[in-house]
Amino acid sequence: MQTVKMVVTGPFSAGKTEFIQSVSEIDVVKTERKISSDAERVKNETTVAMDFGRITVDDDLVLYLFGTPGQRRFDFMWEILSEGMLGFIVLVDSVRPETFREAKHILEIFKSYATTPYVIAANKQDLPDAWSPEDIKIALKVGKGTKVLSCVARDKETVKTVLLELLYSILEKMQAEEDM
Amino acid sequence: MALKGNLKDFSTTQLLNLVNLARKTGKLDVNQDGSSAYLYFKEGRLVHATNSSDGGHLMTMLVKMGKLSREQAGVANKKSASSSDKVVGKYLMDSKLVTREDIVQGVKDYMLEIVYDLFTWELGDFFFEQNSLPSGNRITMPLNLDNVILEGNRRVQESGRLQDELPDLGKIALKITDKPLRGVKLTQDDWRVISHIHPRNSVKQIAQNNKMDEFQVRKIVYGMLQAGLVEIIHPEGLEPKKQRRPVTRAGRRAASQTPAEKRSVVTKLIDRIKRI
Repeated sequence: MQTVKMVVTGPFSAGKTEFIQSVSEIDVVKTERKISSDAERVKNETTVAMDFGRITVDDDLVLYLFGTPGQRRFDFMWEILSEGMLGFIVLVDSVRPETFREAKHILEIFKSYATTPYVIAANKQDLPDAWSPEDIKIALKVGKGTKVLSCVARDKETVKTVLLELLYSILEKMQAEEDM
Repeated sequence: MALKGNLKDFSTTQLLNLVNLARKTGKLDVNQDGSSAYLYFKEGRLVHATNSSDGGHLMTMLVKMGKLSREQAGVANKKSASSSDKVVGKYLMDSKLVTREDIVQGVKDYMLEIVYDLFTWELGDFFFEQNSLPSGNRITMPLNLDNVILEGNRRVQESGRLQDELPDLGKIALKITDKPLRGVKLTQDDWRVISHIHPRNSVKQIAQNNKMDEFQVRKIVYGMLQAGLVEIIHPEGLEPKKQRRPVTRAGRRAASQTPAEKRSVVTKLIDRIKRI
Protein backbone atom coordinates (compact mmCIF):
# COMPACT_ATOMS: atom_id res chain seq x y z
CA MET A 1 0.00 0.00 0.00
CA GLN A 2 1.42 3.36 -1.02
CA THR A 3 0.48 6.47 0.90
CA VAL A 4 1.01 10.00 -0.30
CA LYS A 5 0.52 13.15 1.67
CA MET A 6 -0.50 16.74 1.17
CA VAL A 7 -0.32 19.43 3.81
CA VAL A 8 -2.96 22.07 4.42
CA THR A 9 -1.46 25.00 6.27
CA GLY A 10 -2.31 28.62 6.99
CA PRO A 11 -2.87 31.06 9.83
CA PHE A 12 -5.04 30.48 12.85
CA SER A 13 -8.75 30.21 11.97
CA ALA A 14 -8.19 30.18 8.21
CA GLY A 15 -10.46 27.12 7.86
CA LYS A 16 -7.96 24.25 7.55
CA THR A 17 -9.95 21.71 9.56
CA GLU A 18 -13.12 22.49 7.64
CA PHE A 19 -11.22 22.24 4.32
CA ILE A 20 -10.02 18.71 5.10
CA GLN A 21 -13.41 17.69 6.49
CA SER A 22 -15.11 18.62 3.19
CA VAL A 23 -13.33 15.93 1.19
CA SER A 24 -12.12 13.38 3.72
CA GLU A 25 -13.85 10.00 3.62
CA ILE A 26 -13.32 9.61 7.37
CA ASP A 27 -14.25 12.00 10.14
CA VAL A 28 -11.24 14.22 10.49
CA VAL A 29 -9.02 13.12 13.33
CA LYS A 30 -8.69 16.37 15.22
CA THR A 31 -6.37 17.43 18.01
CA GLU A 32 -8.34 20.45 19.12
CA ARG A 33 -8.22 22.17 22.49
CA LYS A 34 -10.21 25.01 23.97
CA ILE A 35 -8.77 28.45 23.21
CA SER A 36 -7.23 30.00 26.31
CA SER A 37 -6.24 33.41 24.92
CA ASP A 38 -8.90 36.11 24.63
CA ALA A 39 -7.00 37.68 21.73
CA GLU A 40 -7.48 34.57 19.65
CA ARG A 41 -11.06 33.91 20.65
CA VAL A 42 -12.48 34.13 17.13
CA LYS A 43 -13.42 30.48 17.58
CA ASN A 44 -13.77 28.17 20.55
CA GLU A 45 -11.26 25.46 19.72
CA THR A 46 -8.00 25.25 17.81
CA THR A 47 -5.81 22.51 16.37
CA VAL A 48 -2.76 21.86 18.54
CA ALA A 49 -0.94 19.02 16.74
CA MET A 50 -2.56 18.24 13.41
CA ASP A 51 -5.75 17.36 11.61
CA PHE A 52 -5.83 14.20 9.62
CA GLY A 53 -8.09 13.26 6.69
CA ARG A 54 -8.00 10.40 4.22
CA ILE A 55 -8.99 9.77 0.58
CA THR A 56 -8.62 6.18 -0.64
CA VAL A 57 -7.74 6.00 -4.33
CA ASP A 58 -7.61 2.19 -4.76
CA ASP A 59 -6.32 -0.87 -2.92
CA ASP A 60 -2.75 0.30 -3.40
CA LEU A 61 -2.92 4.04 -2.98
CA VAL A 62 -4.18 6.35 -0.23
CA LEU A 63 -3.94 10.14 0.02
CA TYR A 64 -3.56 11.63 3.48
CA LEU A 65 -4.36 15.26 4.14
CA PHE A 66 -2.58 16.79 7.11
CA GLY A 67 -3.73 20.09 8.56
CA THR A 68 -1.15 22.02 10.53
CA PRO A 69 -1.84 23.89 13.75
CA GLY A 70 -2.36 27.56 12.97
CA GLN A 71 -1.01 29.10 16.16
CA ARG A 72 2.69 30.01 16.13
CA ARG A 73 3.38 28.27 19.45
CA PHE A 74 2.69 24.91 17.85
CA ASP A 75 4.93 25.55 14.83
CA PHE A 76 7.39 22.82 15.87
CA MET A 77 4.84 20.48 14.21
CA TRP A 78 5.15 22.15 10.82
CA GLU A 79 8.46 20.67 9.75
CA ILE A 80 7.47 17.21 10.98
CA LEU A 81 4.24 17.35 8.98
CA SER A 82 5.96 18.66 5.86
CA GLU A 83 8.29 15.71 5.58
CA GLY A 84 7.77 13.82 2.31
CA MET A 85 4.74 15.87 1.24
CA LEU A 86 3.69 15.83 -2.41
CA GLY A 87 2.62 19.47 -2.22
CA PHE A 88 0.99 21.95 0.12
CA ILE A 89 -1.92 24.35 0.29
CA VAL A 90 -1.75 27.65 2.13
CA LEU A 91 -5.24 28.62 3.25
CA VAL A 92 -5.82 32.35 3.71
CA ASP A 93 -8.73 33.91 5.58
CA SER A 94 -9.98 36.38 2.94
CA VAL A 95 -11.90 38.48 5.44
CA ARG A 96 -9.04 39.01 7.91
CA PRO A 97 -6.27 41.04 6.24
CA GLU A 98 -4.55 41.18 9.61
CA THR A 99 -3.59 37.51 9.03
CA PHE A 100 -2.02 38.04 5.56
CA ARG A 101 1.41 38.77 6.98
CA GLU A 102 1.27 35.54 8.97
CA ALA A 103 0.12 33.64 5.87
CA LYS A 104 3.10 34.98 3.94
CA HIS A 105 5.40 33.97 6.79
CA ILE A 106 3.98 30.43 6.84
CA LEU A 107 4.31 30.20 3.04
CA GLU A 108 7.99 31.17 3.20
CA ILE A 109 8.66 28.64 5.97
CA PHE A 110 7.05 25.78 4.05
CA LYS A 111 8.91 26.80 0.88
CA SER A 112 12.15 26.51 2.85
CA TYR A 113 11.22 22.99 4.02
CA ALA A 114 10.72 21.60 0.54
CA THR A 115 10.68 22.61 -3.11
CA THR A 116 7.34 20.89 -3.70
CA PRO A 117 4.55 22.73 -5.56
CA TYR A 118 1.96 24.68 -3.63
CA VAL A 119 -1.20 26.72 -4.19
CA ILE A 120 -2.83 29.44 -2.14
CA ALA A 121 -6.54 29.09 -1.38
CA ALA A 122 -8.37 32.33 -0.62
CA ASN A 123 -10.97 30.93 1.79
CA LYS A 124 -14.32 32.40 2.92
CA GLN A 125 -15.04 33.87 -0.49
CA ASP A 126 -18.74 33.55 0.27
CA LEU A 127 -18.53 36.32 2.88
CA PRO A 128 -19.36 39.89 1.85
CA ASP A 129 -16.09 41.43 3.12
CA ALA A 130 -13.84 38.91 1.42
CA TRP A 131 -10.80 40.29 -0.43
CA SER A 132 -10.65 38.95 -3.99
CA PRO A 133 -8.01 36.28 -4.86
CA GLU A 134 -6.38 38.83 -7.22
CA ASP A 135 -5.99 41.39 -4.40
CA ILE A 136 -4.74 38.73 -1.99
CA LYS A 137 -2.14 37.69 -4.57
CA ILE A 138 -0.78 41.23 -4.61
CA ALA A 139 -1.04 41.58 -0.84
CA LEU A 140 1.00 38.42 -0.31
CA LYS A 141 3.53 39.54 -2.94
CA VAL A 142 3.63 36.14 -4.59
CA GLY A 143 4.92 35.60 -8.11
CA LYS A 144 2.76 35.77 -11.22
CA GLY A 145 2.98 31.99 -11.64
CA THR A 146 1.58 31.26 -8.17
CA LYS A 147 -2.01 30.06 -8.19
CA VAL A 148 -4.28 31.95 -5.78
CA LEU A 149 -7.66 30.22 -5.92
CA SER A 150 -11.11 31.14 -4.74
CA CYS A 151 -12.29 28.78 -2.00
CA VAL A 152 -15.10 28.14 0.45
CA ALA A 153 -13.84 25.40 2.76
CA ARG A 154 -17.39 24.18 3.50
CA ASP A 155 -18.06 23.74 -0.21
CA LYS A 156 -16.70 20.41 -1.42
CA GLU A 157 -16.55 21.54 -5.06
CA THR A 158 -14.22 24.48 -4.41
CA VAL A 159 -12.04 22.30 -2.16
CA LYS A 160 -11.82 19.73 -4.97
CA THR A 161 -10.79 22.48 -7.38
CA VAL A 162 -8.00 23.60 -5.06
CA LEU A 163 -6.72 20.02 -4.67
CA LEU A 164 -6.90 19.44 -8.43
CA GLU A 165 -5.03 22.65 -9.21
CA LEU A 166 -2.29 21.58 -6.81
CA LEU A 167 -2.12 18.15 -8.48
CA TYR A 168 -1.92 19.78 -11.94
CA SER A 169 1.00 21.89 -10.68
CA ILE A 170 2.70 18.76 -9.33
CA LEU A 171 2.23 17.04 -12.69
CA GLU A 172 3.64 20.06 -14.56
CA LYS A 173 6.69 20.13 -12.30
CA MET A 174 7.31 16.41 -12.85
CA GLN A 175 7.03 16.93 -16.59
CA ALA A 176 9.39 19.90 -16.51
CA GLU A 177 11.97 17.92 -14.50
CA GLU A 178 11.79 15.05 -16.99
CA ASP A 179 12.24 17.42 -19.93
CA MET A 180 15.39 18.92 -18.41
CA MET B 1 -15.14 42.54 -3.83
CA ALA B 2 -14.59 44.51 -0.63
CA LEU B 3 -11.23 46.01 0.15
CA LYS B 4 -11.39 47.05 3.76
CA GLY B 5 -9.29 46.65 6.85
CA ASN B 6 -7.06 48.57 9.20
CA LEU B 7 -3.66 50.13 8.56
CA LYS B 8 -2.21 48.26 11.51
CA ASP B 9 -2.63 45.06 9.49
CA PHE B 10 -2.19 46.38 5.95
CA SER B 11 -0.06 49.50 5.72
CA THR B 12 -0.45 52.55 3.49
CA THR B 13 2.49 51.33 1.43
CA GLN B 14 0.91 47.94 0.88
CA LEU B 15 -2.42 49.54 0.00
CA LEU B 16 -0.93 51.92 -2.56
CA ASN B 17 1.12 49.09 -3.98
CA LEU B 18 -2.04 47.04 -4.38
CA VAL B 19 -3.87 49.93 -6.09
CA ASN B 20 -0.86 50.49 -8.35
CA LEU B 21 -0.35 46.87 -9.38
CA ALA B 22 -4.07 46.11 -9.81
CA ARG B 23 -4.53 49.41 -11.73
CA LYS B 24 -7.53 50.17 -9.56
CA THR B 25 -9.99 53.02 -10.04
CA GLY B 26 -11.85 54.33 -7.01
CA LYS B 27 -11.70 56.16 -3.72
CA LEU B 28 -9.67 55.13 -0.69
CA ASP B 29 -11.24 56.38 2.49
CA VAL B 30 -9.07 56.18 5.64
CA ASN B 31 -10.32 57.20 9.09
CA GLN B 32 -8.46 57.53 12.35
CA ASP B 33 -9.71 59.25 15.51
CA GLY B 34 -12.01 61.62 13.65
CA SER B 35 -9.44 62.51 10.94
CA SER B 36 -10.07 61.25 7.45
CA ALA B 37 -8.07 61.17 4.24
CA TYR B 38 -9.63 60.55 0.86
CA LEU B 39 -7.45 59.44 -2.04
CA TYR B 40 -8.83 59.02 -5.53
CA PHE B 41 -7.22 56.79 -8.14
CA LYS B 42 -7.75 56.26 -11.82
CA GLU B 43 -6.28 53.12 -13.35
CA GLY B 44 -3.69 52.89 -10.59
CA ARG B 45 -2.63 56.55 -10.60
CA LEU B 46 -3.34 59.02 -7.82
CA VAL B 47 -5.57 61.75 -9.30
CA HIS B 48 -6.88 63.65 -6.29
CA ALA B 49 -6.47 63.74 -2.52
CA THR B 50 -8.17 65.62 0.23
CA ASN B 51 -8.92 65.33 3.92
CA SER B 52 -11.83 65.90 6.25
CA SER B 53 -10.67 69.38 7.34
CA ASP B 54 -9.95 70.99 3.92
CA GLY B 55 -12.52 69.71 1.48
CA GLY B 56 -10.07 69.71 -1.42
CA HIS B 57 -11.08 73.02 -3.06
CA LEU B 58 -8.51 74.64 -5.34
CA MET B 59 -8.42 77.87 -3.35
CA THR B 60 -7.75 76.00 -0.09
CA MET B 61 -5.00 73.98 -1.75
CA LEU B 62 -3.24 77.06 -3.13
CA VAL B 63 -3.43 78.93 0.19
CA LYS B 64 -2.14 75.93 2.09
CA MET B 65 0.74 75.48 -0.33
CA GLY B 66 1.68 79.19 -0.15
CA LYS B 67 0.78 80.00 -3.76
CA LEU B 68 -1.97 82.41 -2.74
CA SER B 69 -2.33 84.63 0.32
CA ARG B 70 -5.46 84.52 2.49
CA GLU B 71 -6.33 88.06 1.44
CA GLN B 72 -6.05 87.22 -2.27
CA ALA B 73 -8.12 84.11 -1.69
CA GLY B 74 -10.74 86.16 0.15
CA VAL B 75 -11.09 88.58 -2.77
CA ALA B 76 -11.12 85.79 -5.34
CA ASN B 77 -13.70 83.90 -3.32
CA LYS B 78 -16.14 86.79 -3.53
CA LYS B 79 -15.78 86.91 -7.32
CA SER B 80 -15.93 83.21 -8.03
CA ALA B 81 -17.79 81.68 -5.10
CA SER B 82 -19.58 78.42 -5.89
CA SER B 83 -17.77 78.07 -9.22
CA SER B 84 -15.98 74.90 -10.21
CA ASP B 85 -12.24 74.66 -9.54
CA LYS B 86 -11.57 74.97 -13.26
CA VAL B 87 -13.44 78.30 -13.39
CA VAL B 88 -11.68 79.47 -10.20
CA GLY B 89 -8.32 78.52 -11.69
CA LYS B 90 -9.04 80.47 -14.87
CA TYR B 91 -10.13 83.48 -12.85
CA LEU B 92 -6.95 83.36 -10.74
CA MET B 93 -4.77 83.15 -13.86
CA ASP B 94 -6.68 85.92 -15.67
CA SER B 95 -6.29 88.10 -12.56
CA LYS B 96 -2.54 87.31 -12.62
CA LEU B 97 -2.73 86.12 -9.01
CA VAL B 98 -1.14 82.78 -9.92
CA THR B 99 0.40 81.19 -12.98
CA ARG B 100 -0.62 77.91 -14.54
CA GLU B 101 2.58 76.39 -13.08
CA ASP B 102 1.59 77.63 -9.60
CA ILE B 103 -1.73 75.81 -9.89
CA VAL B 104 -0.13 72.60 -11.16
CA GLN B 105 2.56 72.64 -8.48
CA GLY B 106 0.15 73.71 -5.72
CA VAL B 107 -2.34 70.92 -6.44
CA LYS B 108 0.43 68.37 -6.76
CA ASP B 109 2.13 69.41 -3.50
CA TYR B 110 -1.18 69.43 -1.66
CA MET B 111 -2.05 65.92 -2.83
CA LEU B 112 1.40 64.64 -1.94
CA GLU B 113 1.29 66.22 1.51
CA ILE B 114 -1.89 64.32 2.29
CA VAL B 115 -0.65 61.03 0.96
CA TYR B 116 2.78 61.32 2.64
CA ASP B 117 1.07 62.12 5.92
CA LEU B 118 -0.91 58.91 5.49
CA PHE B 119 2.35 56.94 5.46
CA THR B 120 2.89 57.94 9.09
CA TRP B 121 -0.49 56.59 10.17
CA GLU B 122 -0.08 53.28 11.88
CA LEU B 123 -3.76 52.84 12.63
CA GLY B 124 -6.89 53.72 10.71
CA ASP B 125 -9.84 51.91 9.17
CA PHE B 126 -9.75 51.94 5.40
CA PHE B 127 -12.31 51.20 2.74
CA PHE B 128 -11.83 51.24 -1.01
CA GLU B 129 -14.89 52.30 -2.96
CA GLN B 130 -14.49 50.87 -6.44
CA ASN B 131 -15.01 53.25 -9.40
CA SER B 132 -15.75 56.30 -7.24
CA LEU B 133 -14.04 59.41 -8.70
CA PRO B 134 -13.90 63.05 -7.52
CA SER B 135 -16.63 65.40 -8.64
CA GLY B 136 -16.13 66.96 -12.09
CA ASN B 137 -15.71 70.35 -10.36
CA ARG B 138 -12.34 69.35 -8.93
CA ILE B 139 -8.98 69.67 -10.66
CA THR B 140 -7.33 66.27 -10.94
CA MET B 141 -3.66 65.58 -11.47
CA PRO B 142 -2.51 62.06 -12.38
CA LEU B 143 0.56 61.07 -10.35
CA ASN B 144 2.60 57.93 -10.78
CA LEU B 145 2.27 55.84 -7.62
CA ASP B 146 5.75 54.31 -8.01
CA ASN B 147 7.31 57.64 -7.11
CA VAL B 148 4.77 58.32 -4.37
CA ILE B 149 5.47 54.94 -2.75
CA LEU B 150 9.21 55.44 -3.06
CA GLU B 151 9.13 58.90 -1.48
CA GLY B 152 6.51 57.95 1.10
CA ASN B 153 8.73 55.18 2.30
CA ARG B 154 11.71 57.47 2.53
CA ARG B 155 9.65 59.36 5.06
CA VAL B 156 8.82 56.32 7.10
CA GLN B 157 11.30 56.54 9.91
CA GLU B 158 9.94 53.67 11.86
CA SER B 159 12.77 51.20 12.08
CA GLY B 160 10.71 48.49 13.79
CA ARG B 161 8.55 47.90 10.78
CA LEU B 162 11.57 47.88 8.47
CA GLN B 163 13.23 45.36 10.73
CA ASP B 164 10.11 43.26 10.58
CA GLU B 165 9.96 43.36 6.77
CA LEU B 166 13.66 42.70 6.21
CA PRO B 167 14.82 40.80 9.27
CA ASP B 168 18.19 39.28 8.34
CA LEU B 169 20.12 41.31 5.78
CA GLY B 170 22.90 38.72 5.65
CA LYS B 171 20.55 36.10 4.23
CA ILE B 172 18.95 38.05 1.39
CA ALA B 173 20.22 39.39 -1.92
CA LEU B 174 18.44 41.54 -4.50
CA LYS B 175 17.51 41.20 -8.13
CA ILE B 176 16.46 44.09 -10.33
CA THR B 177 13.02 43.47 -11.81
CA ASP B 178 11.95 44.06 -15.41
CA LYS B 179 10.19 47.26 -14.41
CA PRO B 180 11.71 50.14 -16.40
CA LEU B 181 13.64 52.64 -14.27
CA ARG B 182 12.94 55.47 -16.71
CA GLY B 183 10.64 58.04 -15.12
CA VAL B 184 11.33 56.82 -11.59
CA LYS B 185 13.12 59.35 -9.42
CA LEU B 186 15.99 57.63 -7.66
CA THR B 187 18.30 59.31 -5.19
CA GLN B 188 22.06 59.05 -5.27
CA ASP B 189 21.88 56.51 -2.43
CA ASP B 190 19.33 54.43 -4.36
CA TRP B 191 21.78 54.29 -7.28
CA ARG B 192 24.64 53.37 -4.96
CA VAL B 193 22.63 50.38 -3.73
CA ILE B 194 21.53 49.43 -7.25
CA SER B 195 25.12 49.52 -8.49
CA HIS B 196 26.09 46.81 -5.99
CA ILE B 197 23.17 44.47 -6.66
CA HIS B 198 24.51 41.06 -7.59
CA PRO B 199 23.27 37.52 -6.78
CA ARG B 200 26.41 36.95 -4.69
CA ASN B 201 26.03 40.17 -2.65
CA SER B 202 23.79 39.96 0.40
CA VAL B 203 22.06 43.21 1.38
CA LYS B 204 24.42 43.35 4.36
CA GLN B 205 27.39 43.32 1.98
CA ILE B 206 25.76 46.03 -0.16
CA ALA B 207 25.48 48.15 2.98
CA GLN B 208 29.10 47.51 3.92
CA ASN B 209 30.32 48.32 0.39
CA ASN B 210 28.47 51.63 0.53
CA LYS B 211 29.41 52.37 4.15
CA MET B 212 25.73 52.55 5.06
CA ASP B 213 24.27 51.39 8.35
CA GLU B 214 21.57 48.70 8.36
CA PHE B 215 18.77 51.17 8.94
CA GLN B 216 19.80 53.27 5.94
CA VAL B 217 20.03 50.31 3.59
CA ARG B 218 16.78 48.84 4.94
CA LYS B 219 14.95 52.09 4.15
CA ILE B 220 16.31 52.17 0.60
CA VAL B 221 15.71 48.49 -0.12
CA TYR B 222 12.24 48.58 1.42
CA GLY B 223 11.27 51.57 -0.73
CA MET B 224 12.54 49.92 -3.89
CA LEU B 225 10.82 46.64 -2.99
CA GLN B 226 7.49 48.35 -2.48
CA ALA B 227 7.85 50.19 -5.78
CA GLY B 228 8.54 46.84 -7.46
CA LEU B 229 12.00 47.89 -8.67
CA VAL B 230 13.80 45.02 -6.98
CA GLU B 231 12.89 41.63 -5.58
CA ILE B 232 14.45 39.49 -2.87
CA ILE B 233 16.42 36.38 -3.78
CA HIS B 234 18.63 34.02 -1.80
CA PRO B 235 22.27 34.98 -2.19
CA GLU B 236 24.33 32.58 -4.31
CA GLY B 237 26.21 30.22 -2.05
CA LEU B 238 23.50 30.48 0.59
CA GLU B 239 20.73 28.41 -0.97
CA PRO B 240 17.56 27.60 0.97
CA LYS B 241 17.64 24.52 3.11
CA LYS B 242 17.68 21.46 0.87
CA GLN B 243 14.83 19.01 1.13
CA ARG B 244 15.81 16.38 3.64
CA ARG B 245 16.18 12.77 2.63
CA PRO B 246 12.80 11.16 3.37
CA VAL B 247 12.89 9.06 6.48
CA THR B 248 9.34 7.73 6.44
CA ARG B 249 8.43 4.50 4.63
CA ALA B 250 6.16 6.38 2.24
CA GLY B 251 8.86 8.94 1.58
CA ARG B 252 11.51 6.32 0.86
CA ARG B 253 9.15 4.51 -1.47
CA ALA B 254 8.29 7.72 -3.35
CA ALA B 255 11.97 8.56 -3.69
CA SER B 256 12.70 5.19 -5.28
CA GLN B 257 9.90 5.49 -7.87
CA THR B 258 10.59 6.16 -11.56
CA PRO B 259 9.22 9.39 -13.06
CA ALA B 260 6.54 7.42 -14.92
CA GLU B 261 5.40 5.75 -11.68
CA LYS B 262 5.28 9.08 -9.89
CA ARG B 263 3.20 10.59 -12.71
CA SER B 264 0.85 7.63 -12.61
CA VAL B 265 0.26 8.19 -8.87
CA VAL B 266 -0.63 11.84 -9.46
CA THR B 267 -2.92 10.98 -12.38
CA LYS B 268 -4.75 8.43 -10.18
CA LEU B 269 -5.16 11.07 -7.48
CA ILE B 270 -6.60 13.51 -10.00
CA ASP B 271 -9.13 10.94 -11.24
CA ARG B 272 -10.12 10.05 -7.67
CA ILE B 273 -10.61 13.63 -6.53
CA LYS B 274 -12.74 14.40 -9.58
CA ARG B 275 -15.03 11.55 -8.49
CA ILE B 276 -15.49 12.74 -4.89
